[in-house]
Formats: sequence, C-alpha cells, structure tokens
Amino acid sequence: MRNAFAQEMTALADQDASIVLLTADIGNRLFNPYKDRYPQRFYNCGVAEAHMITMAAGMALCGLKPVAYTIASFNTARCYEQIKLDVCYANLPVVIVGVGAGLAYAANGATHEACEDIAMLRVLPNMTVVCPADAWEVRCAIRESLKRCAPAYIRLGKKNEPLVHEQEPDFRIGKAAILRRGTDVCLLSTGCMAPVALEAADRLREHDIGSEVTSFHTVKPLDEDYLARAFADYDVVVTIEEHSILGGFGGSVAEWMSSRPGLRARLLTLGTGDSFLYEAGDQEFARMHFGLTPEAIAGRILSLYRELRGGDPR
Amino acid sequence: MAHRARAGHVGSSLSCVDILTAAYFGVLSIDPGLPDDPCRDRMILSKGHAAAALYACLAFKGFIPVEHLEWYGRPGKNLPEHPSPNCVPGLEAHSGSLGHGLSLGIGMALAGRIQKCDFRVYVLMSDGECNEGAVWEAAMFAPVHGLDNLLVIIDYNKWQATGRSDEIMALQPLRQKWEAFGWSSREIDGHDMGTLVRTLSNLPDGTGKPLAVIAHTIKGKGVSFMEDDNNWHYRVPNEQEVFLARRELGLE
Repeated sequence: MRNAFAQEMTALADQDASIVLLTADIGNRLFNPYKDRYPQRFYNCGVAEAHMITMAAGMALCGLKPVAYTIASFNTARCYEQIKLDVCYANLPVVIVGVGAGLAYAANGATHEACEDIAMLRVLPNMTVVCPADAWEVRCAIRESLKRCAPAYIRLGKKNEPLVHEQEPDFRIGKAAILRRGTDVCLLSTGCMAPVALEAADRLREHDIGSEVTSFHTVKPLDEDYLARAFADYDVVVTIEEHSILGGFGGSVAEWMSSRPGLRARLLTLGTGDSFLYEAGDQEFARMHFGLTPEAIAGRILSLYRELRGGDPR
Repeated sequence: MAHRARAGHVGSSLSCVDILTAAYFGVLSIDPGLPDDPCRDRMILSKGHAAAALYACLAFKGFIPVEHLEWYGRPGKNLPEHPSPNCVPGLEAHSGSLGHGLSLGIGMALAGRIQKCDFRVYVLMSDGECNEGAVWEAAMFAPVHGLDNLLVIIDYNKWQATGRSDEIMALQPLRQKWEAFGWSSREIDGHDMGTLVRTLSNLPDGTGKPLAVIAHTIKGKGVSFMEDDNNWHYRVPNEQEVFLARRELGLE
C-alpha cells in the first residue's frame, strides 16, 4: 500500500503544482522519485507530528494542498488537537495519511499500533475517513481525497497486502464497493481486512452459506443507501475491522442502526477488543489474538447464523 | 468590549495592543479592500485570548466597521472571544488553543516560497504560550529552511494565567533559547512604537534566519490599576472601572 501511495503521489504532483508532501521522518527512500522531481514540494518535518499537521494547515491557508504522511499511530493520537482545530475547525484541504494502521506494525508493540484512529477521527466535524482495501483503492483514495479539497484521513496498511480488485475499481468516496455477491450473510470489511473477509467467506461457503463481501472503504460518510439495503436483505450483517470494536466502523454502523428501528438484520461487530496487546508478536499473531483470522471470523458468523436459524443452515 | 461581553483577558489584550497597532498601522503590507490578496503580509495572533485587541486593529484599519466591535462576544455575532476561522475579513488564522500559531506561520512562509510570492509572516505569541512543546518543534524547524520572511514576536509580560511566567516553567533566558534554536533575535520595549515599527519592518533582517523578537511588555499596560496585576487575566471590568480606564487612556 505504501508503495502505491508513493507512486500515486508522484503522479498527482505531476498534474497539480499545489500538492505538497510532508513526512515526519519516515519513508526512507520511499519518496525518492517524488523528491527528485519536486524538491521544493517535499518537507521532512522531523519527529514532530504536531508541527507537521499545523504547518500543513498553514500551507492550506495559502491555497496549497498538503498531504501529511507518517505512521498512523503518531499521525492521529500524537497530534489530535492539531487535526481537530487546524484542519477540521478551519476546514482546510489537508490530507492526513496514516501508514501501518491497525495491527500492521504489531511487531513493534502497542506504541506502533493504531486501533483507535478511526474512532478519534470520525467524530471530528468536516473530516472524511477512508480505509482502502488494497493498493488500487489506495491510489483512488488519495486522488479522490485531493479532489474534494477538504479534510481527509486515509488509513493505510504497510506493504504487499493482497489485491482484492483485479484492476482499478470504480471508486467513489462514500460508496461501498461490493467484492463478491452472496445471499445469506453480508460481510462489510474496512481497510486491510478485505482479503481476510474474502477468505472467511470461502470458509462459510463450505457450510453452504453464501456471503456478500464488501469493501466499506469509507467509514465517514457512511454509505447509508448500501446499509439500508444490506440490513433489509440479510439476516446477518458483519463489520470487520482491524480497529477497536468501540467507536470504529462497527460502532458507526451501530449508531446508524440506533435511529432505524425494525431492521431485519442482526449486526455482528468484529475487531480488536478493549485491551492493549502486551506480548511480542507480529500482525498475524495479533490478528489471532483478537480473533481476526478467516477461521475465527467464519466461526463467529457461523454460530450467530445457526443461533438465528435455530440449528444448522438449510 | 470586555465589559459588554462579560469577557476577561483585558490585561492580556492591553499587553499586546501596542505591538498589533505598530504592525497594522506601520508595518504590514495589507489592503482592507483586498483581504484575500495572495501576496499580502500575514499577521497571526497566536495568543487568541487577546482577540479584542486584534478586532480593534482590524476595525480601525478598515477591515470591519468600527461599530461592529460592539458585537464582541455577543451571541450569534461574528466576533467570538477567541477568533474562529474566517470570522472577519483580515483575520489570517483561528486561535484560542496556544502553541499553534508558529507552525501555521511557518506553513504560510513556506507556501510563499513555493508560490514565489514575496510576503512576510508575523506571529504574535505570549510568554506563557512558550510552555507548549509544539512551539519548540516549530522553532527547530524554521531555521533549517532559512525562513527569513518569518518573524515571531513574544509579548513578554512576565505573567501567565496563574503566576509568573519564569517561575512556572524555566522560560529564561528566553532570547538565548531562540538564538540557540537557530534564530536571529532582538530584545525590545514592546510599548515603544518607534522601536516596534523599526524592528518589525526590518524583515528579512539580512541574516538569512527567521527573526524572534522578545518584546518586554506590561500586562494591563495603560491603565494604572490593571498594570502588572494578574487579576486582570480573567477579571471582567465593571462600569466604574471602564470609566476610570477610559479616563486614564484619554477616551473620556
């Protein structure tokens, strides 16, 4: 994802002289092609995320379109007030890109995990929150976010994530992208959980359960039309995210549901729990710990499905 | 304004109103008829709690009608106690939470360079504001890029909300701190109009560095019973006090 982001930034900077790329001392060599072409529009802001975000806002006040990139954990929690006031309150076209969100950098410990960033950023007025599912969606997300000329947060994984699209999709911010059709349950994944959701759907198929799988890349604004249809057409709607089940994507769907009584579907929210991970271990380990593997996800869905059907399916 | 709005921060406003007056009427290249001119000089009031002083300058400079100053703090009107984004023409940045203005100003100064626009950026901060870590992130960044179109002026009135600013944090030696961070520096009387205009006008100052001006000021300047009395950080003046203050300032 980060390579796709770096390539797309260079392509976009070719087309728009108002784009500026800011980093906080990461991405060694990643942005060399960009820097070679646009040294005047690249700034390493140092290990100073608060300064980076506010400086980006200052640039935006003068008509530039800054993109501020660093590790998700540091680009959100570390500089939250700067995002709230200088980007959102001022309603400026600053795109904040968090790399290694969720559990991607779990090997580095909880300091480098970001399982609360969606929750924090989506409550800010004027903010858009986009969690691309693969490299294709990353390219589209950065391009579309810059077009909107408004605050945006783009939540990335790290590198070499499996692709869920064979080619560039018809991507619109605020419009969920269906990856697979199915009639029994509906799996809504956000961000890098899309390939996992597809694998979980494979497991469910072994039990004769057909799953619709969707990349719900935009957590804010929610695709309400899609949700209305999904909650009418299915018995079970599942949200899957590499983020706390509190306040994130699942939380926002639950909020949406709360003002719409009488929906057919039951909601199952899957994500990280209300706890930190203290042990050493990589992303795979962390996903196992939080039940975010295809097997664990399929198991949770299967038991809910059986409970609702009062036994084995069909 | 403060009396009508039941707003505090009178001492903080009086402390820096001379600096703002010098900037708006003797230094800044700005045109109230063209508040969005991309090449205008920028003034950021980072100590947003002194908004009353800023609004007064913007009004007398011609950005807003002077009668609108009565709207300060009035519900539904556009002059909040801390400036909101774009609340009035001529306002360059929102403020209220301390420690943001310098980074905003650096972003603007770099934008000027990228856009090949030859404007200058002024940031007015308080001494208490220098407690904020983000100020020093910004202070370390600007010299690396030789931002000599950037000036920070510190309204050094020796007070912050609850005590002496060099007792709550180790603020001293303030000028040397900025020097050590790579800035050019000056130390001046923040109530001497001639010195203020000369110092603020001399930008870039020829050193190739951003310039930090430590302006020694008196909180509550100009009103005998407010001067250097930190009660006036929060206190709202009553009718009698407004009358006495106006008489001392030669407005009655």
